[in-house]
Amino acid sequence: MSRVLMRGNEAIAEAAIRAGCQCYFCYPITPQGELVEYMARELPARGGAFLQAESETAAINMVYGASAAGVRTMTSSSSPGISLKLEGISYMAGARLPGVIVNIMRGGPGLGNIAPAQGDYFQATKGGGHGDYRLIVLAPSSVQEAAELVMLAFDLSDRYRTPAMLLADGMLGQMMEPVELPDPIDPATIPGRPWALTGAVDRAPNVVLSFDLDPQGLKEMNKGLQRTYQEITERELRWEEVDTEDADLLIVAYGSMGRIAKSVVRSAREEGIKAGLVRPITLWPFPYARIRELSERVSTVLTAELSAGQMWEDVRLAVGDRAATPFFGELGGVVPTPRDVLSEVKRYANG
Amino acid sequence: MNMEQGIVFAGFGGQGVLLAGKVLARAGMEHGLEVSWLPSYGPEMRGGTANCTVVLSDALIGAPNVDAPQALVAMNQPSLDRFEPQLVPGGVAILNASLIAREARRSDITVVPIPMNDIARELDAPRAINMVALGALLRALDTVPLEVAGDAIALEMEERGRAKLGEVNRLALQRGYEAASSVLQAGA
Amino acid sequence: MPMVETRIPEGYTKVFTRPEALSDAQYTYCPGCHHGVITRLVAEALDELGIRGRTVGIAPVGCAVFLYRFFNCDFVQAAHGRACAVATGLKRANPDLVVFSYQGDGDLGAIGTAETVHAANRGENITVIFINNQIYGMTGGEMAPTTLPGQRTVTSPGGRDTRLMGYPLKVSEMLAQLDGPCYITRQSVHDARHVGLTRKAIVQAFRNQLEGKGFSLVEVLAACPTNFKMSPEQGNTWVVEKAMKAFPLGDLKGA
Ligand SMILES: Cc1ncc(C[n+]2csc(CCOP(=O)(O)OP(=O)(O)O)c2C)c(N)n1
Ligand code: SF4
Repeated sequence: MSRVLMRGNEAIAEAAIRAGCQCYFCYPITPQGELVEYMARELPARGGAFLQAESETAAINMVYGASAAGVRTMTSSSSPGISLKLEGISYMAGARLPGVIVNIMRGGPGLGNIAPAQGDYFQATKGGGHGDYRLIVLAPSSVQEAAELVMLAFDLSDRYRTPAMLLADGMLGQMMEPVELPDPIDPATIPGRPWALTGAVDRAPNVVLSFDLDPQGLKEMNKGLQRTYQEITERELRWEEVDTEDADLLIVAYGSMGRIAKSVVRSAREEGIKAGLVRPITLWPFPYARIRELSERVSTVLTAELSAGQMWEDVRLAVGDRAATPFFGELGGVVPTPRDVLSEVKRYANG
Repeated sequence: MNMEQGIVFAGFGGQGVLLAGKVLARAGMEHGLEVSWLPSYGPEMRGGTANCTVVLSDALIGAPNVDAPQALVAMNQPSLDRFEPQLVPGGVAILNASLIAREARRSDITVVPIPMNDIARELDAPRAINMVALGALLRALDTVPLEVAGDAIALEMEERGRAKLGEVNRLALQRGYEAASSVLQAGA
Repeated sequence: MPMVETRIPEGYTKVFTRPEALSDAQYTYCPGCHHGVITRLVAEALDELGIRGRTVGIAPVGCAVFLYRFFNCDFVQAAHGRACAVATGLKRANPDLVVFSYQGDGDLGAIGTAETVHAANRGENITVIFINNQIYGMTGGEMAPTTLPGQRTVTSPGGRDTRLMGYPLKVSEMLAQLDGPCYITRQSVHDARHVGLTRKAIVQAFRNQLEGKGFSLVEVLAACPTNFKMSPEQGNTWVVEKAMKAFPLGDLKGA
């Protein structure tokens, strides 16, 4: 297959179509506008439905409906819009509806700005909406990986009947890189949806709902969810390691920051510092065990994020007091260069 | 050690700096390199300035933003003011001499002044200044061949439904390349 | 930015100045955008009624997001579409304030429809300035609820297909059906005469609030030259030849 130069936002849209996404609902917001435009152009031409909703709240509820009807469906937005979708995401989790949500994060809180940031980690991985639910969260760090992970998000979401989120930021959404687009899936390989609302002919009626007034009943429903989350945690952890074998200083970073950290590891090694990188790809479930294991062998685990320290909490949970756990962060949509992070690394390497 | 070059293109909105960067990235990709293209975006562009950063590498690219670019293409004076101090020692600055009145301040970089607007006007294609600039850059960098970039801009124009502009853009690349040649040879 | 002192030559009188209710800040609107005219008209109304000191404005999310910079009065910036709810809160907390919101068609007529309809239906004693430019300006030219049938935008690349995307939402006509509002009008600023009429309507809408009459909304037709890819002049023609056909001018309720 040949490589094409594509923007992150466009590659995500194209990969979603190739993953069999039939219905896409959105409300415009920067910095994911190109994703919306691509879908408006391409999806109807390829037999799918594109609809610009009147709000993000409406868009996620359209996803709820399309998913209940049994098709692969997606919505995308950026931070403030995701806040509005949280209600719907909680309902999807409760009703066991698959569906993919893309968040191209920007600076927050509030209206914030449109620059790249990673301030929505808590929102994505710790619930966000109400109730005891989890969201599968996949964090790409290149345009290629964004295309692959959006396809994976559809697969996981279908397999476990739970919504999945692709969590990227304005830098990945806006940048262009060569991509080798995955082949379109064969629709026949999409798992059947016997629960979908297709019309009760020759079968008992199906219902999709997220409530049960009987506490015992709701408890059973919740236990079912927890079993699914357990299974996902055991089977779907993904992360990348760079130069961890002999590392003395470990950086943990994801997404855009993860790829900046790759450059940092390279420069650090050139200067004789034994640095390594763990880049979580699934943010939920989080690779606690592997980070704990590595922390036995290093002196320092440095977390780097475009936030005030959100994933940092998970890293500290994993590391405990086995190693020092400093933090490097940037705020408000400011993106550090590799040199900024490197000087931090040097402080701890020499310290 | 691997080859990695960071290039910043900067200018007024409308001077085509984003496209110049994209054509370089596309040509780099066709030439077998790893590439990344990172634009400034949003209201920043309403303010009337635009820039993008291209990285060319023979290995997978980490950060698409760079501390110290090897090359700067400055299409106007504010761009030179902002990015000149960031260039790596020994780096190269391609300046639009048609619009930039001052000399470069650094003495540890190679400066290639090109009268981009004048050259483009001679070709009767004032909008092709970005390709004049890119042609000059290609000569100074010597990483991506001129023909590959020519094919990339031709394809780009074709995809935008402007196939007939392919030739004049290719010519603009050529003129920029030649202009840089004479500057660099005179300096050598 | 400091204001430039202009010396008035002898024998001349100054007839046109910056309204007191406007600050010295430069607009961030594109050249030729009708937002600029409408923003000024609101400021002139505050001056005329002498209410700058007790007025609180509500900036929307949209090209007018920087409104708080342009005005010389208290301002709050609201979440996308929620301006009428924020206005309700302000007014209920302190009925002596003069409260106005200034919102685009995406803000007021898409994501904020519910807030708008219910504030109107409650007859909240506020003034709403509604800029209908038939597009989402800020985010780069997507379809708005008011986009005309067949109009091309980046999210209706083949033109708005009414079978799939519905019809231009007639917000003012809808609101005029309700019992709550006291004054609903649609105006335009494409020429000097209409600028004058719009100014009058805005003054009226504030006067209603001062007299405790309830919810007033002034819709103003506008063009977005940048996303329409038009010159400002073509924008004016668009308003007359296209927008006014779908959205006829005039008072829809009260006066
Ligand atoms: C919850 C949320 N969704 C989306 C956005 C992105 N957004 C910013 S402005 C805007 C639309 C503006 O259009 P309009 O209200 O018509 O005003 P105009 O810019 O045309 O003046 C949108 C969708 C946002 N800021 N918040
Ligand atoms: S984008 Fe359109 S609505 Fe916004 S300021 Fe520019 S011309 Fe006006």
